[in-house]
Amino acid sequence: MISAQLPALQVVIPLLAGPACLLLHHPRLSWALATTASWMTFLIALTLLDQVLSTGIITYAMGGWAAPWGIEYRVDEINAFVLLIISGISSITISFARNSIEYEVNEKRVYIVYAGWMLFLTGLLGITITGDVFNVFVFLEIASLSSYLLISLGQDRRALTAAFRYLVVGTIGATFILIGIALLYMMTGTLNMIDLMERIPAVSDTRTVKMAFAFLTVGIGLKAAVFPLHFWLPNAYAYAPSAISALFAGTATKVAVYLLLRFFFTIYGVEFSFEIMELDRVLLPLALAGIFVASSIAIFQKDVKRMLGYSSVAQIGYMVLGMSLVSVSGVTAAILHLFNHALMKAALFVTLGCVFFRLRSVMRDDLAGIGRKMPWTMAAFVVAGFSLVGIPLTVGFISKWYLIVAALEQQWWWLAVLVLISSLLALVYIWQVIEVAYFKPADDQSPAIKEAPVALLIPTWLLIGANIYFGIDTSLTVGVADRAARVLLGVGP
Amino acid sequence: MNPELTTALAVFVPFLGSIGIGLLDRYPNPREALTLISAGALFLLVLSLVPEVTAGDRPAAQLIEVMPGLSLALEVEPLGLLFALIASGLWIVTSVYSIGYMRGNNESHQTRYYICFAVALAATMGVAFAANMFTLFIFYEVLTLSTYPLVAHKGTDEAKRGARVYLALLISTSIGFLLLAMVWTWQAAGTLDFVNGGILRDKVDPGLLPLLLALYLFGIGKAALMPFHRWLPSAMVAPTPVSALLHAVAVVKAGVFTVVKVTVYVFGIDLLRETNASTFMMWIAAITLLTASLVAMTKDNLKARLAYSTISQLAYVTLGAMLANTTALIGAGMHIATHAVGKITLFFCAGAIYVATHKTEISEMNGLGRTMPFTYGAMLIGTLSIIGLPPFGGIWSKWYLAVGTLEAGQWIMLVVLLLSSLLNIIYLLPIPVYGFFGRSSETSNAAIKEAPLPVVIALVFSGVGCMALFFFPQPLYDLMALLFTGQ
Repeated sequence: MISAQLPALQVVIPLLAGPACLLLHHPRLSWALATTASWMTFLIALTLLDQVLSTGIITYAMGGWAAPWGIEYRVDEINAFVLLIISGISSITISFARNSIEYEVNEKRVYIVYAGWMLFLTGLLGITITGDVFNVFVFLEIASLSSYLLISLGQDRRALTAAFRYLVVGTIGATFILIGIALLYMMTGTLNMIDLMERIPAVSDTRTVKMAFAFLTVGIGLKAAVFPLHFWLPNAYAYAPSAISALFAGTATKVAVYLLLRFFFTIYGVEFSFEIMELDRVLLPLALAGIFVASSIAIFQKDVKRMLGYSSVAQIGYMVLGMSLVSVSGVTAAILHLFNHALMKAALFVTLGCVFFRLRSVMRDDLAGIGRKMPWTMAAFVVAGFSLVGIPLTVGFISKWYLIVAALEQQWWWLAVLVLISSLLALVYIWQVIEVAYFKPADDQSPAIKEAPVALLIPTWLLIGANIYFGIDTSLTVGVADRAARVLLGVGP
Repeated sequence: MNPELTTALAVFVPFLGSIGIGLLDRYPNPREALTLISAGALFLLVLSLVPEVTAGDRPAAQLIEVMPGLSLALEVEPLGLLFALIASGLWIVTSVYSIGYMRGNNESHQTRYYICFAVALAATMGVAFAANMFTLFIFYEVLTLSTYPLVAHKGTDEAKRGARVYLALLISTSIGFLLLAMVWTWQAAGTLDFVNGGILRDKVDPGLLPLLLALYLFGIGKAALMPFHRWLPSAMVAPTPVSALLHAVAVVKAGVFTVVKVTVYVFGIDLLRETNASTFMMWIAAITLLTASLVAMTKDNLKARLAYSTISQLAYVTLGAMLANTTALIGAGMHIATHAVGKITLFFCAGAIYVATHKTEISEMNGLGRTMPFTYGAMLIGTLSIIGLPPFGGIWSKWYLAVGTLEAGQWIMLVVLLLSSLLNIIYLLPIPVYGFFGRSSETSNAAIKEAPLPVVIALVFSGVGCMALFFFPQPLYDLMALLFTGQ
């Protein structure tokens, strides 16, 4: 039965597509192959989510080796949901990538982008689907290495330093994670997540397990760009090719946030993470600081891509904030925002890709008057921007709503107020762009700028449509996020 | 047609109209015809709901459930119907006026203007017919965003600055306070539906009620309570028909309408009266009422003076709601109607003067009344109606508000109302009086003619409306009274 092999295929398809793209050595063919593979992973993710929702957790023994010895793939509500987000964002952005990458990357290297893209996707999907912590590390390395490659392909020379800096930081993060995993293995003798979950309580008061917790938190925090471990992110996003920025913004940090959820809630468990280690006392102030500091920095950015990078750091703060509330609605808010933020940020970066395609610049001041010349592109930017701010009828509103409900549940008025104030900061930096684009007349005499090609606009508006659709019909997102949060917290429906 | 469908159509017709207007971009005459057709169709739709509602029915339409327990839903109740009737009726008049004004001034971007206007009306209908606070909030935000391009219409630096203040204040109050109040209500009561008699009884600590009420009232920035009133004068950079319909009727009235709606359907006037939760906000309204009148006296720019006068008049409605008794609320509801008709007349006149003479300052307008008799006649009527003198509609709402203060035992508020009427006389009446009897400062007045015909038609019509409301206030009263008979 092919359907029983779906968890393996989820990872194997992009893994095979990667080298195949290299062998094809042709920009268009590599793109076609990678796009097909990406959409296939999306269909598989969709099927898996459907199966999980109807029949419960799916386990899959890699190579037929049973769980404690072999590598086990384990799909429950939360990672099925994350798989769907990653494969979905990858599929839409790769559909967008053809024109954009050909425009921004040297033609001879285009096929490398798609090979790297596939390996990156393999890594992310693998991290998400696996039930084995060492396997997490392996896939993390696959994803990281390919992401250094993808960033360094940016045309701007600063892309190289950005990639190098990310390489250094990413390696430190990966090392920390490896140390954490090794310490855990030392104490429990297992790498399987479920086994770890069962065995950690017996040794939970040892210093080793606590050290492992600290290493894992910092290591994954670096990958997730949790403030103040975020410094690599804005430049990496700013100088990577546009389609790659969109891919990263929608997937890379999301997977890291998923890992945080998995380690804090499933493997270590709520009691250890939040009662013994009192992690929420660290996460909550960091999340708030991240939201306010990064949003404020974003306001002063002249490069719109960098601005969105800082905004991403702030948005990750919201996810961490939801997590640190340790309640069903708080974790629901975190998971929802993980999904919603992927949609809005990918949409924003994709519109910037359209802008760059015509303008060769995404500096704010160069955007003057572009609202009239590229009406569809900028309309997309406005909708996605409003979604980021949290205007009703967009996904951003739904996330904010749940976050505020979660804060009020704990009677934390100040927190609800702070969340609302921070949305206004987002309004400020988004509005600056909108105002320049629509109300500042273009003063240059340069050749007339046309609307972006339809091949770019279709994926863009698909994302915008998703931003609106999931802002109105939330039965899928809220339903799954709520179930996933209950699974993570171990409370019944 | 069944009333449920009519209710949904009331929101969709202006919206569809806006799409059609966009398609007719290059054909000005069919475009304007479509605006008029949409306006007419909308008014008839709303009108057709009147018999249902007066018979005690509440036509409802469920659109979509957004989050569990929170849906976009419409329901027509008397107060909303009253508001919708006024807004849609005056949209027709304003459209006629717009055509004369926009063409007379050769304004640019006329298609964008008519599109945004229609979207704003769709949002207004959504606010009027919202069945719960959530739906109302969404349409409230749509109204803010769709009117931004109208305020920034001229595209000058001044217009952009004004529009930015407009947007910043309205969005930040609504997200900072109103959304918070709404989530609080949801958290406490588990519902956001508008229920006659309120949903908060025994759900929120009575000691916290004044705070929640303050969050709501300051959050409803469109009601222009001080200190969040600055957006209204800023919005006066908009073309005059925008100021007329949006900033005398749709936008500002959406604000005070929401105030009344929250008072009646979220808190419930009994709860407010028992806990005295509204005392603080009543004082805020009273202070706004007097301060805005005093500021209005200092303004020489006609539209700025009218803007501050509007702030003051909006505070009447809020004050009426905060008195929390049926008479005062009936007065508040009627004031939404009578002030709308009166103030739109005055804005029409301001626009007519601008089209004919390009004058904006009151001190330059001496003697214009003799060359523009229709405009100044209508202005006199509007002024008297807003002051609250017979035979014009404004007297009725002020009457019920005054009786309401006595019923609530708030003598001081009665004094505030009377004092304010006196101030109205001082800052409004001189404008038409000097227009008729003042000596012209320039000789060039001879070249000035009456404003274009559509403009004159519109302002005469609304002037007659002021008078009609004096002789036939009964329908207004009945609609408002219906609000409390079902309880």
